[in-house]
Amino acid sequence: MEQKKYWKGLEELHNTDAHQEIVKNEFSEELPFESEGLLNAKTPRRDFLKYLGFTTAAATIAASCETPIKKAIPYVNKPEEITPGVANYYASSYTIDGEYLPLLVKTREGRPIKIEGNTSSTITQGATTAKAQGAVLSLYDTARLRFPTIGGNETTWAELDKQVTAALGGAPVVVLSSTLLSPTTKKVIGEFLAKYPGSRHVVYDAVSYAGILGANEASYGKRVIPSYHFENAKTVVSLGADFLGTWLNPAEYAKQFSATRKINAKNPEMSKHFAFESIMSLTGANADERYTHKPSEAGAVALALLAAVGGSVTAPTLDPKVAEGIKKAAASLKANAGKALVVSGSNDVNVQIIVNAINNAIGANGTTIDLANPSNYRQGNDADMAKLVSDMNAGAIGTLIVYGANPAYDYVDAAKFTEGLKKVKTTISFNDRVDETTELCKFAAPDHHFLESWNDAEARTGYFSFVQPTISPLFKTRAAQDSFLTWTGNTTPWVDYLKAAWVAKLGGIEAWDKALQDGIVEPATAPAMGGASFSGNVADAAGKINSAKKGGKLELVLYEKVAIGNGRLANNPWLQEMPDPITRATWDNYACISNTLAKTFSTQLGDDYEIHTEKKVLKIKANGKEVVLPLLIVPGIHPEVIAIAVGYGRSEKTGKAAGGIGKNAYIFSSFNGTTVDYFAPEATVEATGANYPVALTQTHNSYEGRPIIKETTLEEFKQNPKEVNKDREELLKFGKDFRKDATLYGNFSYPGIKWGMSIDLNTCFGCGACTIACQAENNVSVVGKEEVAKAHEMHWIRIDRYFSGDENNPEVVFQPMLCQHCDNAPCENVCPVGATNHSSEGINQMAYNRCIGTRYCANNCPYKVRRLNWRDWNGADSFENNLYDVADMNDNLTRMVLNPDVVVRSRGVMEKCSFCVQRLQDAKLTAKKAGRPMKDGEAKTACQQACAADAIVFGNVNDKESAIYKIRNEEQTERMYYVLEETHTLPSINYLAKIRNKDAAPKAEKESAHKEEAHHA
Amino acid sequence: MYRRVSILLRKHFVSVLILCASIVIPFSSVKAADPNAGKALFQQNCASCHNVHKRVTGPALKDVESRWADKKLLHQWIRNSASVLASGDKYANQLFNDYNKTAMTAFPALSEAEIDNILAYIKDEGSKETQPKGGEPAPAGGAEKGSDNSLLFGIITLILAVVALILMQINSNLNKLAGDKEGVATPEPVPFYKNKAYIALGILVLFMVGGYFTINGAINLGRQKDYMPEQPIFYSHKVHAGINQINCLYCHAGAEKSKHAMIPSENICMNCHKAINSYSGPELFTAEGKKVDGTAEIHKLYDYVGWDPEAAKYTKPGRPIEWTKIHNLPDHVYFNHSQHVVAGKQQCQTCHGAITEMDEVHQFADLSMGWCINCHRTTKVQFADNNYYSIFEKLHQDIKDKKIDSVTVEMVGGTECQKCHY
Repeated sequence: MEQKKYWKGLEELHNTDAHQEIVKNEFSEELPFESEGLLNAKTPRRDFLKYLGFTTAAATIAASCETPIKKAIPYVNKPEEITPGVANYYASSYTIDGEYLPLLVKTREGRPIKIEGNTSSTITQGATTAKAQGAVLSLYDTARLRFPTIGGNETTWAELDKQVTAALGGAPVVVLSSTLLSPTTKKVIGEFLAKYPGSRHVVYDAVSYAGILGANEASYGKRVIPSYHFENAKTVVSLGADFLGTWLNPAEYAKQFSATRKINAKNPEMSKHFAFESIMSLTGANADERYTHKPSEAGAVALALLAAVGGSVTAPTLDPKVAEGIKKAAASLKANAGKALVVSGSNDVNVQIIVNAINNAIGANGTTIDLANPSNYRQGNDADMAKLVSDMNAGAIGTLIVYGANPAYDYVDAAKFTEGLKKVKTTISFNDRVDETTELCKFAAPDHHFLESWNDAEARTGYFSFVQPTISPLFKTRAAQDSFLTWTGNTTPWVDYLKAAWVAKLGGIEAWDKALQDGIVEPATAPAMGGASFSGNVADAAGKINSAKKGGKLELVLYEKVAIGNGRLANNPWLQEMPDPITRATWDNYACISNTLAKTFSTQLGDDYEIHTEKKVLKIKANGKEVVLPLLIVPGIHPEVIAIAVGYGRSEKTGKAAGGIGKNAYIFSSFNGTTVDYFAPEATVEATGANYPVALTQTHNSYEGRPIIKETTLEEFKQNPKEVNKDREELLKFGKDFRKDATLYGNFSYPGIKWGMSIDLNTCFGCGACTIACQAENNVSVVGKEEVAKAHEMHWIRIDRYFSGDENNPEVVFQPMLCQHCDNAPCENVCPVGATNHSSEGINQMAYNRCIGTRYCANNCPYKVRRLNWRDWNGADSFENNLYDVADMNDNLTRMVLNPDVVVRSRGVMEKCSFCVQRLQDAKLTAKKAGRPMKDGEAKTACQQACAADAIVFGNVNDKESAIYKIRNEEQTERMYYVLEETHTLPSINYLAKIRNKDAAPKAEKESAHKEEAHHA
Repeated sequence: MYRRVSILLRKHFVSVLILCASIVIPFSSVKAADPNAGKALFQQNCASCHNVHKRVTGPALKDVESRWADKKLLHQWIRNSASVLASGDKYANQLFNDYNKTAMTAFPALSEAEIDNILAYIKDEGSKETQPKGGEPAPAGGAEKGSDNSLLFGIITLILAVVALILMQINSNLNKLAGDKEGVATPEPVPFYKNKAYIALGILVLFMVGGYFTINGAINLGRQKDYMPEQPIFYSHKVHAGINQINCLYCHAGAEKSKHAMIPSENICMNCHKAINSYSGPELFTAEGKKVDGTAEIHKLYDYVGWDPEAAKYTKPGRPIEWTKIHNLPDHVYFNHSQHVVAGKQQCQTCHGAITEMDEVHQFADLSMGWCINCHRTTKVQFADNNYYSIFEKLHQDIKDKKIDSVTVEMVGGTECQKCHY
């Protein structure tokens, strides 16, 4: 099969001069002298001697001959369950903003340090997201409120309670919360509100799903979000729903969807996934067929699809390419009726009614959509919120209690909300920091972080999980439920209240203890799935869609980033520094535009757009608002669309990491009378002439066109499964055994264990959970925007995103890249001090304390996975003033997140993936102490554990019963390949070729592609 | 100023060796009433509350068998004292009341034979007179001999060097004479302190010697063998683990479970010291020879935990004891006690020295990487006994083929960087 051309960005595709320059000079870097004077000084020799003398003297003093006296301080009374040095795990749950992830929290000496998914949950099956992995860092956020305040001044809880209870009563009380999954919390709120007649609870989601809720109310008489079952779908059509990245509960859907994407030659079947969208979302990037349309056409696309699957509506005219796609999608949906699913990311009730009609027509109800057991993931009602804001402005609200919501930042009309808030007599915020809303509230009664709290959560009817404290509260915060109970006049502490409710429900204290230990309570047998009879008014919805305002020349659309989401957790340096899966940008938001649109700002595309960090700044106007943001070219975005991520532009008080970064894009959302629209059909853009640097990791670590990705289509794979690996036959010319025959050197033996990893490119969706999990597990440093721009980012596992094919609608492939632990590692040969060498278990070891920072190893690594500590990120140097910390990562509070089994690395030291050696050693030790061989799956790497799609398999290759052995030798021999295998580095990580479920490329196109490649070569 | 270097170690070098050997030698198979096996069991199970010769938390056990009318009842008492009390046995109940109704821990796992072994040990030990051990003269050790040799070599080297110098001088004088005789003009002899060759040689020697000491000094930076800081409480391991034979793991419970052996929390101390409030053992001395009042030291503990010995109850909130850490590994080393104690079956003394002989603990090993590695090179793993190692098929085959007779830690990868550095 011809090698397809892959490119990370347009600069690589066009092979611009600056790109060539970067590739050529990848490893040369000017020494970071702060003053230019040293070498140009008049007497450099004397200066040199001075510096030399000074550094020698300083080093001597720093290394001081006196050994410091250390103290060992035991407990006075050791808690029975704590053994210093041994981790304890507690079941908990991530339920922020309605996302549902049962978790296991790893604690060491009483501090949570790592989050894992709870595999007992049948809903998420242990899946996690980058946000959930990062939540443990938010616990130690220095910007959290440390005590209750009144008017911004510290107070005591007693004083606050006194003033609040005095102020309550009279006028109606409103509790304004984001989606709450906890039934018991809702009960507490209900009891509180019952005490104050005329009061109500308004649920408000920063990114609203009121469209789906409203449509289901209209179609099925139930204002619910159904449970989706992607695992049952053979055809999935996503109409702008980023269900793998940000839509509702992405980890759950990624888990389900990945089950339909696992494929081997014996059973070459997989689902087909169509995406129709305006931006390049994570879900679109993973689609088999992807089409772009303008955001204002979302309704038209849905209508056309309904018409194509046999609905009684007339299809509107669409771009011929999109129309073609709809035809294909409809054919596939019809062919797989009862095994098909259509999801839409639109927040328009009418569009969602049409989507319901499509799902009804293709038999999705009761098979891939479960309305009998709906999920509670989002409950916000935009109309209620709009009413509340106008009531506030009318002075009809006496007390507003804000619980998790932040409308002063993210509401459609934040100004009106702020204005209304001034007219509310008593304003109380439970939020964890002085965010935009809390700043305006009189009382701040900070809630605990969820890792400090008790709670429960109901994902679907009958499916519960629990939240229990993993650390005692760090600050003088109080559970919101305790505040409600106190103000209700109920003296029962919240923990007792919750316990009593559950003991009564489960029928005993033992059952409650077990529920806490398991973390979940689920029905013994899954309740039967059920549909509902569709009674939506399709004609009316279609009419409304057709009469909606048509888009202008340019349209603007808002989207959520995988890591930052709606912005609530934005003050998290790990998440800020995680490269966006698609744009590979960090620490900023920007205006994503297409290649074609970018051309209109300059006669010619060049390195200014693609290579240099300085991006042209645009002034974007829509809905009467304007924002100034740098542009970023994203191949695959619709040419008439500008996309901006929400969640940025937070106030300075929200914290050092999030404060002042990017611009708030929520201002462009609008209220259409029932729901909030996250797009503006008419936008104008002009260049300001200014430039702004954006720290992209895209241009780092170029592969210079070497073939590292393998992919094929399902059809070709079925016909000839070996085709995708045809080039491996080349290796046979060295002899039968490439490992032995292609080298002069002797073979290194692995007498006991030989670790190996397999990464399935078909189920890696690129979500980045592994990157953050690795960062948490291995104390990987945060470097900040300036340093990312210099290619100094430290992530041990990065997810390379490659485009291929059409520049305007490219195909995307994600390839997690980490140290390959080569058996014949090029880095090992060049280390002058033997700091990196090979273990008998196949690990490419890195001894930090030996490393002198020559960077020879990084230069010689064909996979470009080695990271040098260019600065002292962790305070690990002997010199205190060397510390470089841009995001409060070295506060004594924040440092509590560090994993005590892994060192922090000092300046001038190389580091890279260790295969989570601390976990491997721990698993081995457990087996050794028990006197038994290690079981397969006992040792798991952090990335493997975090992966929602199970794309990563890890284990002992010498064990013939292990999953990794079976993948390599039995199940996936056709798809299995090693990156740059021909260089005889003998990596310990293999990849499984990606298979796209699309029509095989026509012959002619293939040939022309081939010709083009020849031209490039 | 807290650091004092002790010479104890050298003094007791041989006794340490003997002790280590006796510990390392595995216990021979159990025969009927084997006092040796009983000793181990006693230390493991009983010593935290009982002493053979004196009353501690529980009664002195000397002649225990004669005090109990029925041997069977005694066995039952040891296994589950509550059941004997419940049966209404008079002696048992009286004993219970005498000891403030402190219940004896049940040992249901002990077999008849094991209890017999323990009793045999008690009998054995009881028949010996109580006499303070220690102070046994350390016979001249091999270590001193070693230093003698090097002195001898040094003297010989010096003599040879002087001889060589004299010979060189003679040679040059003879040359001069021969030259004079043949009429060849020879330059005026340069005095040796002005001779460039000598000066160069001198500098070279100085450089080498200086370099040797500098490098050795640098290597030893941060190492603190024999480090013996003064601790907030004069806690004697000799009294606890030596004389009273309390099992190390009773206090350092983490050694079996965790990377940290764990300095016991104060509630562990109080398990025994609620009852033991005075010290009556052999006199205690600090390394400088100052006398220590054991009872006062116990009262220091009471002060820390807030225990009132008169009222026999806690009257103040406790505060932690800030011990000075003796064994410090560099930050970049991962060390796991449970790995060595459970999987490696190492004795505490292998690394910590004759801890049962130390009043004040000092660092026995230098804890250098060379020291670690040397042990890993020579120590054998439990290759045949631990099923974990069954995966090393080739090594098993080699043993079968008699190519090797045992497997060292090194052979299973125990000297690789990332076994300790990550």
